[in-house]
Amino acid sequence: METSFALTGKGYVIIAADTTAARSIVKMKVDEDKIKALGPHLLMAYSGEPGDTVQFAEYVERNIRLYQIRNTYSLRPSAAASWVRRSLAESLRSRHPYSVNLLLGGYDTASYDPHLYWIDYLGTISEVPFAAHGYGSYFALSLLDRYHNPEATLEEGLETLKRCIDEVTKRLVVSPGKYKVKVVDKDGVREVEI
Amino acid sequence: MEAISHAGTVLGVLAKDGVVLAAEKKVTGKLLDLSASTQGGYGGSGEKIFLLNTNVIGGVAGLTADANSLVNFCRSAAQRHLLTYNEDIPVELLAQRLCDLKQGYTQYGGLRPFGVSILYAGYDPHYEFQLYHSDPSGNYSGWKATCIGANSGTAQSLLKQEYKDDILVKDAIGLVLRTMSKTMDMEFAVLTLDPTTKTPKAKIYRPHEIDALLLSEGLTKKDEDTEMKSS
Repeated sequence: METSFALTGKGYVIIAADTTAARSIVKMKVDEDKIKALGPHLLMAYSGEPGDTVQFAEYVERNIRLYQIRNTYSLRPSAAASWVRRSLAESLRSRHPYSVNLLLGGYDTASYDPHLYWIDYLGTISEVPFAAHGYGSYFALSLLDRYHNPEATLEEGLETLKRCIDEVTKRLVVSPGKYKVKVVDKDGVREVEI
Repeated sequence: MEAISHAGTVLGVLAKDGVVLAAEKKVTGKLLDLSASTQGGYGGSGEKIFLLNTNVIGGVAGLTADANSLVNFCRSAAQRHLLTYNEDIPVELLAQRLCDLKQGYTQYGGLRPFGVSILYAGYDPHYEFQLYHSDPSGNYSGWKATCIGANSGTAQSLLKQEYKDDILVKDAIGLVLRTMSKTMDMEFAVLTLDPTTKTPKAKIYRPHEIDALLLSEGLTKKDEDTEMKSS
């Protein structure tokens, strides 16, 4: 089942999401990218109702791009997260709400530090050092409690992420096969292999 | 434009660790009852200097009635930004919001443009301390030190001579007071960073604080309305 993780470290945020697109009990696709780069220093992993997820992610992506074009600089991670939360909260109170869960990570180029936000489909937001969505979260959060270090280097951070992925693969009945991992730091957004 | 060239001078100086704003109070006559304004309004604001948001102070020159309505618009725009993005509005964005409004009134027939120029002294994490000026046509520009209102040309050339690039607030206050020296009756405000919280701290001086400031800078308050008294 759908799973996504994210954790912060010294000057970076790592976001990982599985790459399966499933319908009922059938895997339809195994190379779906569920992490969008919303800006030069902003990443968003999305999961939830298929269709809603892509639609909402594109809506967010384009609105954040619009702000960037209008104002020459892009939204800071905290401002972007607040805007996304509000969009979800407004959607929740409409006739057809989006049911999308998000992990939003970014590097703030104004204050030079990484930020991670956990957002769910009810419009709950919380800034956290590490986060997870989906069934994998039941296994990963305890591991992250034990092994997460906010001062860790990128290599150590990826090591911790690997622990989470391995644990989910080992214990979860319907574990996803592959993950896509992206990192955002002062140099911007990039994909890494694990 | 005409109204602004007669309005009381408003002066702004950008320093490394803050922004200083001062405005001349035009006393219309000795019969005007000023007893209500001796204390200063909210946060010490008077007729010309207003707190537009926690991170922006505005100084206005021109038609007071127009200015009040623009200040109101500014404050709403700032709060709207706070509501959607949960952050203080960047200073340039606030100037842009207001200029969009001002420009609108120059484009359509039957409406009179706002007869107001504004100085914005503000702070945001993108560009840190900033000073902007906007005129009635909806143009805006960023400045290190500038001046609007009556005699702005003279003051501007004085600022040009005296301004140094890495000036500190302490010296900027002196520079502003000296440039304004002809007019002792003024409104005064400083925007700095709170040393402990690193958040912007706007201080609009109350009349008695201005007197103390002038005294400490060695510029004593002249006897007001000397001409009127001698006549």
